[in-house]
Amino acid sequence: MALPERQTDIGPPHYEQFLPPVIKKNYAKWKYHEVLDPGTMVHVAESGDEIYTVRVASPRILATETIYEICDLADKYCDGYLRFTSRNNIEFLISDKSKIDPLKKELKDRKYTVGGIGPRISNVVHTQGWVHCHSACTDASGLVKAMMDELYEYFTEKELPNKVRLAVACCVNMCGAVHCSDIALVALHTKIPVVDNDKVGKMCEIPTVVGSCPTTAIRPNPKEKSITINYDKCMYCGNCFTVCPPISIKDAERDGVAIVVGGKICSLRSDPKFSKLAIPFFYNEPPRWPKIVAAVKNILDVYARNARKHERVGEWIERVGWEEFFKLTGIEFTHQHIDDFTFMRDTLRTSAAFKWA
Amino acid sequence: MSLKHKTPMLDELEKGPWPSFVTEMKKAAKKSPMAEDGLGQLEKSYQTKLGYWKHGGIVGVLGYGGGVIGRYSDLPEEFPEVAHFHTIRINQPSGWYYTTKALREICEIWDRYGSGLTNMHGSTGDLVLLGTNTESLEPLFAEYSSRGWDLGGSGSCLRTPSCCLGQSRCEWANYDTMDVIYNLTQEYQDELHRPAFAYKFKIKAAGCACDCVASIARSDCAIIGTWKGDILIDQAEVKKYADGGMNIQDEIVGMCPTECVSYDGKELKINNPQCNRCMHCIAKMTRALRPSGERGATICIGSKAPIVVGSLLSWVVVPFIKVEAPYTELKELIARIIEWWDDNAKPRERIGELIEVKGMRPFLEAIGVPPQPQQVKEPRKDPFIFFKDEDFEKIYTKDKY
Repeated sequence: MALPERQTDIGPPHYEQFLPPVIKKNYAKWKYHEVLDPGTMVHVAESGDEIYTVRVASPRILATETIYEICDLADKYCDGYLRFTSRNNIEFLISDKSKIDPLKKELKDRKYTVGGIGPRISNVVHTQGWVHCHSACTDASGLVKAMMDELYEYFTEKELPNKVRLAVACCVNMCGAVHCSDIALVALHTKIPVVDNDKVGKMCEIPTVVGSCPTTAIRPNPKEKSITINYDKCMYCGNCFTVCPPISIKDAERDGVAIVVGGKICSLRSDPKFSKLAIPFFYNEPPRWPKIVAAVKNILDVYARNARKHERVGEWIERVGWEEFFKLTGIEFTHQHIDDFTFMRDTLRTSAAFKWA
Repeated sequence: MSLKHKTPMLDELEKGPWPSFVTEMKKAAKKSPMAEDGLGQLEKSYQTKLGYWKHGGIVGVLGYGGGVIGRYSDLPEEFPEVAHFHTIRINQPSGWYYTTKALREICEIWDRYGSGLTNMHGSTGDLVLLGTNTESLEPLFAEYSSRGWDLGGSGSCLRTPSCCLGQSRCEWANYDTMDVIYNLTQEYQDELHRPAFAYKFKIKAAGCACDCVASIARSDCAIIGTWKGDILIDQAEVKKYADGGMNIQDEIVGMCPTECVSYDGKELKINNPQCNRCMHCIAKMTRALRPSGERGATICIGSKAPIVVGSLLSWVVVPFIKVEAPYTELKELIARIIEWWDDNAKPRERIGELIEVKGMRPFLEAIGVPPQPQQVKEPRKDPFIFFKDEDFEKIYTKDKY
């Protein structure tokens, strides 16, 4: 079959052709919105027009077969319009109010998960993991699935003090806002890379490899036409492996996962914040990582019991203090919790005022 | 139909109520031998706790340097169908809106040439097609581009810009995020498809400080909507919130970071000059409160994930800029920002890291933005102050401090 003629540099199609008529008509003229239930909201325009949104979870990895099914539903109930959110949810956009309940019923019958709106857990931003990434120290999709099976009711129903944004990154590259999430998992290497001198000399540009190291742990090794790594300086970031694949950093027993907490990206009430280390290391326990899931559940439960309404995880911890956070959660405080990299000066305590556990 | 590989570990992840990615991979595997071997290799990773993907090698479509990410199996004998298993990034439409007609068309093409696996969507915003071989790249590109779809960015280029849905469905958006991103993406097609930068550069547009696209944490250049006028109050709606059980004193007044809201049990008041426009009260009382007056955006620069020298959040560089079509002022500013970075950055150095190395002053001078207190949390603490000769000319001719 002959191929159609290719075009280049055309950019994405114009968004306007994908907007439901009620959105086109009321563009920039919305007045307010209301969350009607954990999976439904209504946006009301100055004109009085309404658009209803039903939000559905997705595992982010979708087979085309599922997308066809989603399209069938959108045709039946939404005149063929739908969208996705920045957290990988599917949103059905409904102009005809009478179609909401039938859509929700059919979604339920077909085992879709409706929810994620309001002071709850929305979908989990995550990375490719073992499914498709070269630098993964864990499987992001598997961790998300195991974690969300446990926290399911916080998506579909139960309220929390505020939104809790979860994220999973399968290495420190963090293709996702893990570094600014309420509770996040980040996978780590913890072992000095192994250098294959023969291949490094043939495949890699030595100055680039030397330059890739943030702690200047890498020096040229002219004798071997390769590089050497200073064991005391390496903090296992894996950047050298990314620029030079024969520097191997994977290790089945020493790759694992840390939990970080207290980040946020919005400016509501307090400034955006980085997530901070709560638990430095769990070894990988596929397929369900039970220790990690239990630790996340514990942190979430302690937050839910102790935070004031509208406080995000980080705001609650800042109010009560990190020493209180470690006490309430029962998490052990270790050498790893004390920053010895770029943020050390900002993070050591410089006051004699603190709480006792 | 039974699948080629046994997957006892992954089968565990089909149990439980949350939607299962394993179920998705199995659906694809029934139609595609590529997806079937991908599933087999993933099961092996679960058994051994190691990944088996290799990166590197140059693959792509003619005339482009990005948009396709080369991916190869480390175990091509065991899983021959995924010996090549490349990722394709398709530039998403602004706001991730689709018609079913368009989505079906994308999927039908993908079913013909690829694994049938997708990400809706990738972290940067692209529609991601997971897994195809090198031979299929040109046919796929011809099929997609002839129907109006182009590739997204990868490598050291302007990555695919993305935005929140803005004024299309949100009353808080202070400018038209979807239109700005469409325009910027079109403007920068060459920089997007032909990586010529020192490293990646990301642009994200958020309509307000709620920042639903995490622009402040995930983009070198964040365009965050803001306003200059007062917050308008509908007292009748305030009363409805109070009658509905909202504790306005605790939930609104007590949580205002600048203590500019007061409530006497009847009337809500806002001391507008003291408001820092954090969005808390507006987000909690959406029917009663809304911004007014001049609209625009704050430009924040520099955020990134930890690689290489630690995470950064973006810094306020331009406290307020008008964002109105045809966006000339914004486009010229972004062009100056990118030009300074491109002229000065070492390989794999993001703009935030470059500003740390060079200092904020050379950057601000290069892009023509004056120093302003809105750019800092507090002024410098150390006395190691740089001066230029021209600073003294100004100091000596000043009447006052």
